[in-house]
Amino acid sequence: MSNKISETLTFECETGNYHTFCPISCVAWLYQKIEDSFFLVVGTKTCGYFLQNALGVMIFAEPRYAMAELEEGDISAQLNDYEELKRLCLQIKKDRNPSVIIWIGTCTTEIIKMDLEGMAPKLENELGIPIVVARANGLDYAFTQGEDTVLAAMAHRCPEQILLIERKKVIQDSNIQNLFSFLSLEKKEETTNKNFEKLKKNPPLVLFGSLPSTVASQLSSELKRQSVQVSGWLPAQRYTDLPFLGDQVYVCGVNPFLSRTATTLMRRRKCKLIGAPFPIGPDGTRAWIEKICSVFEIKTKGLEKREEQIWENLKDYLNLVRGKSVFFMGDNLLEISLARFLIRCGMIVYEIGIPYLDKRYQAAELLLLQNTCKNMSIPMPRIVEKPDNYNQIQRMRELKPDLAITGMAHANPLEARGINTKWSVEFTFAQIHGFTNARDILELVTRPLRRNNNLENLGWSNLTKKETINKI
Amino acid sequence: MKLAYWMYAGPAHIGTLRVASSFKNVHAIMHAPLGDDYFNVMRSMLERERDFTPVTASIVDRHVLARGSQEKVVDNITRKDKEERPDLIVLTPTCTSSILQEDLQNFVDRASITSNSDVILADVNHYRVNELQAADRTLEQVVRYYLEKARRQGTLDQSITKEPSANIIGIFTLGFHNQHDCRELKRLLQDLNIKVNKVIPEGGSVKDLQDLPKAWFNLVPYREIGLMTAIYLEKIFGMPYISITPMGIVDTAECIRQIEKHVNNLVSNKKFNYEPYIDQQTRFVSQAAWFSRSIDCQNLTGKKAVVFGDATHAASITRILAREMGIRVSCTGTYCKHDAEWFKEQVQGFCDEILITDDHTKVGDMIARIEPSAIFGTQMERHIGKRLDIPCGVISSPVHIQNFPLGYRPFLGYEGTNQIADLVYNSFTLGMEDHLLEIFGGHDTKEVITKSLSTDTDLTWNHESQLELNKIPGFVRGKIKRNTEKFARQNNITNITVEIMYAAKEALSA
Repeated sequence: MSNKISETLTFECETGNYHTFCPISCVAWLYQKIEDSFFLVVGTKTCGYFLQNALGVMIFAEPRYAMAELEEGDISAQLNDYEELKRLCLQIKKDRNPSVIIWIGTCTTEIIKMDLEGMAPKLENELGIPIVVARANGLDYAFTQGEDTVLAAMAHRCPEQILLIERKKVIQDSNIQNLFSFLSLEKKEETTNKNFEKLKKNPPLVLFGSLPSTVASQLSSELKRQSVQVSGWLPAQRYTDLPFLGDQVYVCGVNPFLSRTATTLMRRRKCKLIGAPFPIGPDGTRAWIEKICSVFEIKTKGLEKREEQIWENLKDYLNLVRGKSVFFMGDNLLEISLARFLIRCGMIVYEIGIPYLDKRYQAAELLLLQNTCKNMSIPMPRIVEKPDNYNQIQRMRELKPDLAITGMAHANPLEARGINTKWSVEFTFAQIHGFTNARDILELVTRPLRRNNNLENLGWSNLTKKETINKI
Repeated sequence: MKLAYWMYAGPAHIGTLRVASSFKNVHAIMHAPLGDDYFNVMRSMLERERDFTPVTASIVDRHVLARGSQEKVVDNITRKDKEERPDLIVLTPTCTSSILQEDLQNFVDRASITSNSDVILADVNHYRVNELQAADRTLEQVVRYYLEKARRQGTLDQSITKEPSANIIGIFTLGFHNQHDCRELKRLLQDLNIKVNKVIPEGGSVKDLQDLPKAWFNLVPYREIGLMTAIYLEKIFGMPYISITPMGIVDTAECIRQIEKHVNNLVSNKKFNYEPYIDQQTRFVSQAAWFSRSIDCQNLTGKKAVVFGDATHAASITRILAREMGIRVSCTGTYCKHDAEWFKEQVQGFCDEILITDDHTKVGDMIARIEPSAIFGTQMERHIGKRLDIPCGVISSPVHIQNFPLGYRPFLGYEGTNQIADLVYNSFTLGMEDHLLEIFGGHDTKEVITKSLSTDTDLTWNHESQLELNKIPGFVRGKIKRNTEKFARQNNITNITVEIMYAAKEALSA
């Protein structure tokens, strides 16, 4: 075991035979986030079957997404793509009247080279509804990267910053009007004005990454405490509220899988990217805030104490995880940040499997991971890009980790072999960002460990027949 | 192009994978992009499978798109051959490989030279067949492959067993209550002194397929999957098959009579007579015949019901409701469009109208129009029922984890009749109860409880926090509210802001 783990971060790349969700799954959370959107997945029955089963109950709540199911006539070009899409989009407009339709391109549209990007602007004109095209297919991307393709496409639709200045005027005008109409609230107005003065100092800051609105406002208020004003989010709650972008705008990511979006914001919208660790776990949140503040030359106040306080609150969970080992099989790109947090919690990470690693976008996170390992004097984990699930299971047999963070395809079989598992998908849907939600991460991580405390002495942790043979 | 939100039957490759992973020691390799191995999740989660699902993907990515799979598929097959030593590897095409039009048969031919396992290409076209049709075909294909192989090698023994015996064809992984049905069928055959020769594909080994012709007859319990195999075996080996689904008292008896006929055709000395067994089971072992006489069931007379599901289950349940319980089936339907003729013939005279569609909105509209007292359908109809406040018994796939009960719940045979009677009766009584509650204003005492535990005291929620609170999903909102107020009181705070909400969460881990 000891020779398996090196003293520096090592990067490997395997065969890419691993299990993950198809990136079109991003519609599941994005349609809920962007309230006035409609997602149309242009694909086959296979895509539809995946969405229907993976999203379970949500399908019955009249979701704002649908399949444009391709039939044989579409594949062999007997039908006209444009006319077909127009027919479906007209129906969507009639039934739902969304502010934007997002076309999700799939493997099939890639292979038959359906020109979605070409058709969208034409149909947009005819229809009077913006159409955004995102190619979230399994040929190129894994799971959460689907969100990345959608946000990158949406970045092109954000209004230009020049308008921002005019808009500010309007806001100020309306503030003055408010002053007149709410004279009784004078005092309150004054304080907000004061805050406004104080906050005005930093240039516009746009955060990108889709988070539940509660978590988004938690992070915004965390920055507000340090007198940093967030001018907008990509995506916003509504498509019509997309943030202003331009060469004066600073941008910062909240999720590790948004490298295309980051690139688009820098190269195409000329924004300035703040490369920071991601606000996952109290350590990550603090580093994230510190990095943003340092860019704006703001001295942070009380941040250290706040982090300490959060750690203090986590004590009961930390006692459970300390010294335990983790193996990330890798499927959602949150792995580096989660591993870094868990190491800081006192766990040992054997392997970080990850579908794709953008070393530039994740640079600050990787550095923090390295420093955390040093500070905790824990050997560096190996990072395996495009892992091979079969090989990983062999390695896991040898290492016998206390916890495997894995997809649902492997969770039950591993449990039957006495290895505790936590489904990785839950980390994508749970609230894990910021100081406030650190406890939720540990709630997830410790759940199998706590379950074990209850079942420990019953004597049936291994529930397979064959395994004894394979062990030798 | 079709605008679709939901589908009853899955894509073709799911059917092939269900056959492959039902057999023992058979591995399926999908020619598919990343993320298409969702079948593994379904099997592992729904069936709570302890073993790794023997399905891997030979990933189609950008490189494959640009220059073809080349060695990739062959390498993946030979690698799996070495790692797992399966008896058979089934190369499974998906919608993606259907369009790529790579010569998969060529890969199979090449791979079978070097690998110890047999390798075949599943003969299914994604755009022509659905999950059920594909499963039916793949099973026939595997059976044919091994019987022809045995014939070539001269190992095929065509003599039948001494004692009467049967094959059960069509028990599958992810099938609706299939495991329980299989146990019940075995029990039924045992009662009739008939040996079970082979059960395929579930738990069967492909090496044993050459023993299939040893049975006296084949039993195909479900219409959708297994019929092609039975027809093939009849054509080549002259094996008779019974395709009457033994679901409900009348059809179970009919199925047993058919068995009697086939068995008596093959014995010379003594003749079997199963009539006493049928009588004994019907009147005293199964409770369903008695139940339909009892006054409970009398209350159900003429109540309106709607049935929808796969062809087998929908047809059988329709006849049970109409013929055995006196319930009025206002509409019955199936999503097995390819089998519409058979279905119509089966339910003729047992219902007012027939609906053949795979569009769930049409089914929903039909239910809304008819307003039945109960629905018997799939998980989709259960949700339609929830929305319309009509109780629903689930009788067919598509399924949900609830449809993989740990307890013994067959739909077939005599125990099956009991289970179905419970299901039907419980659906209706719940419906009645619901109705009565509505008339008498219900026993919902929410109002009173809220007053006694009232929290609206000295605390005020400002506008922002009120908004924030409303964003929290309904089912946890109450808890968050209570915890926040508890925290506020402990800290002598009277005005609750958004910050206080977050602080409360941090402090109390709400």
